[in-house]
Amino acid sequence: MTLNRRTFLGTSAIAAATLAAPMVRAQGKPRVVVIGGGAGGATAARYIAKDSKGSIDVTLIEPTRTYYTCFFSNLYLGGFKKIDDIGHSYGGLAAGGVNVVHDWAVDVDREAKTVTLAGGANLPYDKLILSPGIDFVEGAVEGWDLSAQNAMPHAYKAGSQTELLRAQLAAMPEGGTFAMVAPPNPYRCPPGPYERVSMVAHYLKNNNPTAKIIVADPKPKFSKMALFQEGWNNHYAGMVDWIGDDFGGGNVSVDPAAMTVTIDGEETSVDVCNVIPAMKAGRIAEIAGVTDGNWAPVNAADMSTKADPDVYVLGDASQQGDMPKSGFSANSQAKVCANAVRGALTGSKVFPAKFSNTCWSLIDTNDGVKVGATYEATEEKISKVDGFISQTGENADVRKATYEESEGWYAGITADMFGAKA
Amino acid sequence: MKTVATYLAAATLAALPAPALAEAGDVEKGEKLFQQCKGCHQIGAGATNRSGPHLNGLFGRKAAGLDDFRYSKSFQRAGVGGLEWHAETLDTFLENPRAMTSGTRMSFRGVKKAEDRTHLIAFLRQFSDDPANIPEADPTAQGIDHDLDPAILALVGDPEYGAYLSGECTTCHQAAGSDDGIPSITLWPEDQFVVAMHAYKSKKRNHPVMQMIAGRLGDEEIAALAAYFKDLEN
Repeated sequence: MTLNRRTFLGTSAIAAATLAAPMVRAQGKPRVVVIGGGAGGATAARYIAKDSKGSIDVTLIEPTRTYYTCFFSNLYLGGFKKIDDIGHSYGGLAAGGVNVVHDWAVDVDREAKTVTLAGGANLPYDKLILSPGIDFVEGAVEGWDLSAQNAMPHAYKAGSQTELLRAQLAAMPEGGTFAMVAPPNPYRCPPGPYERVSMVAHYLKNNNPTAKIIVADPKPKFSKMALFQEGWNNHYAGMVDWIGDDFGGGNVSVDPAAMTVTIDGEETSVDVCNVIPAMKAGRIAEIAGVTDGNWAPVNAADMSTKADPDVYVLGDASQQGDMPKSGFSANSQAKVCANAVRGALTGSKVFPAKFSNTCWSLIDTNDGVKVGATYEATEEKISKVDGFISQTGENADVRKATYEESEGWYAGITADMFGAKA
Repeated sequence: MKTVATYLAAATLAALPAPALAEAGDVEKGEKLFQQCKGCHQIGAGATNRSGPHLNGLFGRKAAGLDDFRYSKSFQRAGVGGLEWHAETLDTFLENPRAMTSGTRMSFRGVKKAEDRTHLIAFLRQFSDDPANIPEADPTAQGIDHDLDPAILALVGDPEYGAYLSGECTTCHQAAGSDDGIPSITLWPEDQFVVAMHAYKSKKRNHPVMQMIAGRLGDEEIAALAAYFKDLEN
């Protein structure tokens, strides 16, 4: 093929990328590829692009064009938010200098330092940041696999699954049963299943007050347990039956065809069944070969993996120490990582790692609670420094202020991830 | 969304004519109510701009009308749109500031009781007469009361370090300065920022998240953050 200007412009993106690669490298403009556009990946991509002022080439790989945040998706189930309220586009990142590619990353070659996309393109990188969130452990709940996710939704990756669960909730017969199979530790958003129970109860109280909720839980206790149980008693007396590990909550199987749940040998017919299986790092982390068991071990100082100093893992997929798997944590880790990656590639100043997290949960209208902590990097792990939690018996004004604060946080973190709305 | 123009139209329909609104209030009650404004707004002889603009000569001033204060874009638009401060526009604004100027950095939910707004407006009105007549009032706010070591206040912060540290703030406090339920912290005077953070650190100010975050920040770090946020304008 004769390479003139016309044919060059006409070549496919893949060929263009291959041709351009050595040239760009020769110019020395470093490349960062980020896989996953959630709280970790979007934040890291935005901060590196923003703070490097064009001196680093940042590409974000994210299959969805509209990202639905998992945080606040329970509030959609409860009717406090519309689905559009939790959906975000990537236009702000693109405007901020990030090359946003809507495609799946299907392979990582750490020797060649390239990422392969489902569309066929090969993207070279100097630093690779993986923020793929979670996938489910196969066979974690007997009788359930991904092919059953329409009959028994997990709704633990927000979007169509969340809408499906809401539709099933709305279609429940009068006095029906909503079952949840809660996950074992560690999992995304520790208070998430229990906020969801609260939001489902809120919906049922107003629309189907004789309905029941059963929770089969493999854990003996859970995040903000005293606060949730107090709230369930105050707002939804008699509606929620939580079956913890002590009462066989971990011995559970489901039959999606028959719509039954069997807890510790006792079979119950249910109308809706929300199965939240055990979790592991998003699959691409495993494909990249940076996982050990279900998660990817990382160094606390910069979120680089133990397996490869040029590959970083953020958020839920990482095994970092004391931080809970939350959007707030991923966002916090992303900023530490962005600072370190920029320093490694451009020689900018690298400051010591500092992490923090706060998780707000809504129990009922204007009844918000929160838990939070600060963390530091040690040789061994991300280590907790200090923390707080809402108290039981707080007055209504405090709880209302906490809920309003959570709304402010939502606006803040989504602006921090995706850029401020124009 | 209601525009400033809608509010202006609504305001002209208000039952009380402008002078009556300003005169109906009790100045002394207004002075007490002004306590909640003092953290950000100075008024009276020698008042200067702080996190918020000074409020001398407010009546008849165009919105975003002071040359030496950096207003939010919302306020700048309102000013261009013709918003002027009088009793009735202040009444609408004070009832729910963000309804009128959605992007204001003013972290204040509003004064819900109409009677209280009347008192406040009456108090404010006093400082809008002939400058020579501005009373030497106690409400000449000196910022937030504090007993901070002057050496801490004198620290010169490194804005580059502050930019990095600010990542911990911007998960909740928006870098663009908007307040959607969590206060705006951009463009604060440095000393005020330092005083506020040390007040959380020493648990004189109540907020569990802020006490935790400030609790582990050193004096240099607080100074760095103050140096960064004082000029952050998006």
